Amino acid sequence: MNNGWWRSGEPWIWLTAAAVSISVVVVGALLSLIAVRGLGHFWPKAVMEVNYAVDLKNPNNTVRLIGEIREIESVPSTRVPEIKTEGEWLTRYLIKTGNRDHLGLDFRWIWEAQLSQTPSYPENIIAVERREWGNFYGYLLAIKENGQIVSEGENAWTDLSERLKRVLTLHQETVHIEKFEIGKINYELEQLRLYQRRLELANAYDAVKQAEIAQDKTELEHSYRQLADTLVIRYQDMQRDSLVAQIMDGREVEIPLSKIVRVYQPNAMSLVEKSGFYLTKVGEFLWDDPREANTEGGIFPAIFGTVMMVFIMSIIVTPFGVIAAVYLREYAKQGFLTRTIRVAVNNLAGVPAVVYGVFGLGFFVYFIGGTLDQIFYPEVLPAPTFGTPGLIWASLTLAILTVPVVIVSTEEGLSRIPSSIREGSLALGATKAETLWRTILPMASPAIMTGLILAIARAAGEVAPLMLVGVVKLAPSLVVDANYPFLHLERKFMHLGFHIYDVGFQSPNVEAARPLVYATALLLVAVIIILNLTAIAIRNHLREKYKALETV
Amino acid sequence: MNNLITSTLNQPNVIRHRKWRMIKDRIAKHSMTFGGISIIIAIVLIFFYLLYVVLPLLLPASMKEIQAFPIPLKEYGETVYLAIEEKNVLGLRITEHAQAIFFQTRDGKIVLERSLLPKEIKVTSFAMANAGSHVLAFGLQDGRALVIKPVFKITYEGDLRVITPEIVYPMGEEPLTIDDRGQALTHLDVQLGDEENTLIAVTADNRLLFSGFTKTVSFFDESVNIEKVNSELALQQAKIEHLLLEKGQKTLYVADDKGQIWHIDVTDKTAPQILQRVRVVPAGLKITALEFLTGDISLLVGDSEGRISQWFLVRDEKNNQVLTKIREFHEQDQAITSISSEERRKGFLATDAGGKLGLYHSTAHESILQVSISAGPLTRAVISPRADTALIEDKEGLLKVWHIENRHPEVSLSSLWGKVWYESHEQPKYIWQSSAANSDFEPKFSLTPLMFGTLKGAFYAMLIAIPLAILGALYTAYFMSPSMRKLVKPTIEIMEALPTVILGFLAGLWLAPIVETHLPGVFALLIFLPLGVLGFAYLWQFVPKQHWVSEGWHSAVLIPVIILLSWAAFATGHSLEILLFGGDMRQWLTDQGIDFDQRNALVVGIAMGLAIIPCIFSITEDAIFSVPKHLTSGSLALGATPWQTMIRIVILTASPGIFSAVMIGIGRAVGETMIVLMATGNTAIMDFNIFEGLRTLSANIAVEMPESEVNSTHYRLLFLSGLVLFIFTFFFNTLAEIVRQRLRRKYSSL
Repeated sequence: MNNGWWRSGEPWIWLTAAAVSISVVVVGALLSLIAVRGLGHFWPKAVMEVNYAVDLKNPNNTVRLIGEIREIESVPSTRVPEIKTEGEWLTRYLIKTGNRDHLGLDFRWIWEAQLSQTPSYPENIIAVERREWGNFYGYLLAIKENGQIVSEGENAWTDLSERLKRVLTLHQETVHIEKFEIGKINYELEQLRLYQRRLELANAYDAVKQAEIAQDKTELEHSYRQLADTLVIRYQDMQRDSLVAQIMDGREVEIPLSKIVRVYQPNAMSLVEKSGFYLTKVGEFLWDDPREANTEGGIFPAIFGTVMMVFIMSIIVTPFGVIAAVYLREYAKQGFLTRTIRVAVNNLAGVPAVVYGVFGLGFFVYFIGGTLDQIFYPEVLPAPTFGTPGLIWASLTLAILTVPVVIVSTEEGLSRIPSSIREGSLALGATKAETLWRTILPMASPAIMTGLILAIARAAGEVAPLMLVGVVKLAPSLVVDANYPFLHLERKFMHLGFHIYDVGFQSPNVEAARPLVYATALLLVAVIIILNLTAIAIRNHLREKYKALETV
Repeated sequence: MNNLITSTLNQPNVIRHRKWRMIKDRIAKHSMTFGGISIIIAIVLIFFYLLYVVLPLLLPASMKEIQAFPIPLKEYGETVYLAIEEKNVLGLRITEHAQAIFFQTRDGKIVLERSLLPKEIKVTSFAMANAGSHVLAFGLQDGRALVIKPVFKITYEGDLRVITPEIVYPMGEEPLTIDDRGQALTHLDVQLGDEENTLIAVTADNRLLFSGFTKTVSFFDESVNIEKVNSELALQQAKIEHLLLEKGQKTLYVADDKGQIWHIDVTDKTAPQILQRVRVVPAGLKITALEFLTGDISLLVGDSEGRISQWFLVRDEKNNQVLTKIREFHEQDQAITSISSEERRKGFLATDAGGKLGLYHSTAHESILQVSISAGPLTRAVISPRADTALIEDKEGLLKVWHIENRHPEVSLSSLWGKVWYESHEQPKYIWQSSAANSDFEPKFSLTPLMFGTLKGAFYAMLIAIPLAILGALYTAYFMSPSMRKLVKPTIEIMEALPTVILGFLAGLWLAPIVETHLPGVFALLIFLPLGVLGFAYLWQFVPKQHWVSEGWHSAVLIPVIILLSWAAFATGHSLEILLFGGDMRQWLTDQGIDFDQRNALVVGIAMGLAIIPCIFSITEDAIFSVPKHLTSGSLALGATPWQTMIRIVILTASPGIFSAVMIGIGRAVGETMIVLMATGNTAIMDFNIFEGLRTLSANIAVEMPESEVNSTHYRLLFLSGLVLFIFTFFFNTLAEIVRQRLRRKYSSL
């Protein structure tokens, strides 16, 4: 080889350049992987029909298969000795057949060699999203009303959408009654019970109070019964219609419309229809509650929980971080001690997040929460109110976790402000507090903003400590609702990051849940990258500004 | 003019205003100082709180006497059994003549006394089933036996707790016939199960009797029907001193007067088999106490010189169960008179003839406490179900109640960090297994495998991250064109902000299956990338000169090359597999004796490596970028090539910065939780194999903390793991910070 070239060090420069390229390629690949998988999830996929041999040794014994191709994989043919082939690679498909209640499983791996024909995509296959048991695929045969067939064949499809619309409206009403109206009554009944217990503990539960409580209770129970009656009627109404469809093994299956979220003919949809469908699905993803152990539906509670947690955390962390930074930079005597404190604060940012979780659980939840319960909520004991993981503790823990970020950033901002500005203000007769409040802090506000944004970005992505101090896989109610005091700081909440962990790894049906996890991951990544870019932009803007100041 | 100003300034409202401003200033100063200091204290509190929770693990146990009173109704005869109930309110003494005396532990006042057998029937032996069951039996002179069970019923009258003692007869009030020949039973042991019940006895004419009683309850009238099977074994010369039947009623241990233990299989009551006879105490000594540790797996043997040894059955190479000595305690120097096992932990206490009481824990191999209770010998002692009170009887006729403060006996240096021989294991091992299905379970709290897993994960992550991050930083800081640097730096820094839960999810669900399928491809990549890049670089010099590339755009040119090379590596990976590994690398690895898990250290290394690249990258890059320009210019001016300048000048000057970057990287890798949690199987193993999983301290905390009972040993140990992580990362970060500050000072002086 060319000796001079080798000695010039040129090859090594190329190697170091390769390290950068690899890192960039990996970042790009990761982000695009998440983006493609996450965004692709909502696009309606074609549903194919094909015959395949269940047993490779008996190719004539075929079975009909209806489903979506979810994944295509290449496997070295040497690993599959039972398939005779010339090629080096074998292809296999992961097919989502849906109909979990009828077929037992809703996914199956099939070798290309098993297919006995090219797949067809009949336009009249319907895909049904159900409230239970996952998706359904099949051919629509008829519509029934109260058990009587009312339409068949072509008419059935046109008839279906009308009837489905009716059921969906009814469903919305019942959900409203169940969730809000009955939920409110239950909440009030519980409050009444606690009130009674409180009186008992204080030995003030006398005849007057007894009568009062009893009366309130009867009223609540009365309205509860009324609502329950309405619900029964609504439910009966919803049960009226059902559809009959044929599934892949030829069986005819009846599905009550009340169990259906959406019906569509994926193979018959035009591009425009598909786009519309896509947008609806994205909307559902962002605004709906999860269904089926979080594997279907939306992630609204997780988005809401994350936002609330971060919001409360910001309210706590900003003043704390700013006060500590101002103290360190403006008031404390600069010396060995402040330097040590600065190093310590800096290093706390590097302490593993899960350690903060441990601290939060022990100190906030069990110690402070437990004490609060004993003082303020004796009537609820032994059931804990604040003595259990919840929103407030998660926010506090993350505030402690992120306060170093805010301190460091604010301090940096303060140190960038030329001392001439401080001196000018003091020379004009302002006190130190006034200087701080009127000039220094406003000038440092972009730095504080940067610190806060970085803190938020970190908090939004942190999962490990939250697993210990308040996150749950499925929260029965949001932390904000229509019942006094509206914001329930003691409640557990859902979180995007934990949702990814839980659905991806703890879900009973990982295969079905996977696309949703990609979508959730995409959302989280997008939010965090946007936050970080904002922080970087503010930081750069800030630097420019002070550069200008220094030259004045 | 001057006067005007002064007079304006001295107007009362102006003065007031000025005063008010001064006060505000002072308030602001004090509140800022107070607030600042308290926030800093609050942050530091984390460390002290962790320490505060961990500390009880290190506190020594203590015992103190609460009460001493004469043995209740001493005139009734010697004690054969002592017990104390759950709440430590009532005690029970059973005499050699089968009288039960319930008394208050507060003052020895008698609550209830009962004769369990008519006066004319003479009791010749006594037996106690395992400590938790409270089943007792008396062997009688006529070859019969009576099984009883003292029960403490707890009822509430309002807020007042009432404990009522009672005696029940699980096998009926009529004694069961054990010896058909009617010989007196000199030794006895009993175990009751749901249906199967066993009584073992030695008769006056030295026969060993095995009796199985099957109790069936009729469905029709709920009448109890007892069926008996039995057999016997003549013992000839041997003189039996202790009988011990484990609660599974399958194994019997018999101790004779020569210091030997016989291990007898009694699965079939009609055909017992002597499997082994082993000497358990040094020659010339006697077995003075023999008791099971809770769970009935381990035998505790006390000898006449104060030694206590633990034995259990260990499977040998020939698959035989052999009674093996596991560990020994020799803290007492007089004959052990009694051993009482804790009901819910693997601890026990022992009394000796010298008036001393010892408190031990078997798993921790620790003699926790030695207390002198009285001057004369102690005859027996019993520990309460919650292991917080001991009832001790001495020869002089006093019964003493001692309070025991011993919350975390499981923890010792050897049980946390050393190899421990756990029950039912073939040899000493490092195991972390904290979950307990029942109280018989021996918690295995070895932090070593978790520590090992933590370091293993960090090691493989650093293996990936260090070369990529440092080489990349060298190029970015020194060779890259400024306009490209402006793009590349934020791109890599964005990766730092990427939530680790996403990396973990991709690693576990996307990368792990790919690595499994394309294992040879992954390794081919390691060879293809450097060689391919070098080859491309060699060819590049023949391309007509492209000045913009040599001005720092190498990376951009390489991006398509890298993508192409990766594709090539994966495409040819399989051909290599056929060539080198017979077509299936996984199978080949298994044949070589290397285990393969899908979620393994390789996947963790890649994912965690990616997570820490940005952190190492940006610190290194900063360090290199801020190397003073005059150093490099000087070197270049003297004719060194850019690469020589890089190696000889830049890297040397910036090496402390690179070092601190690596330290911070290690700190992050050690504490990373979500990636490890999701990308490995979380098995706590001690194997450095890259194809097997691991369990780290942090993932362990995340998994087990929510289920851990507050203030239990497990809870405190998880806090200890947290503290270890805290100290570890804090140490590395501080080190890095100090090095960096030094470096900064050095640069500024250059």
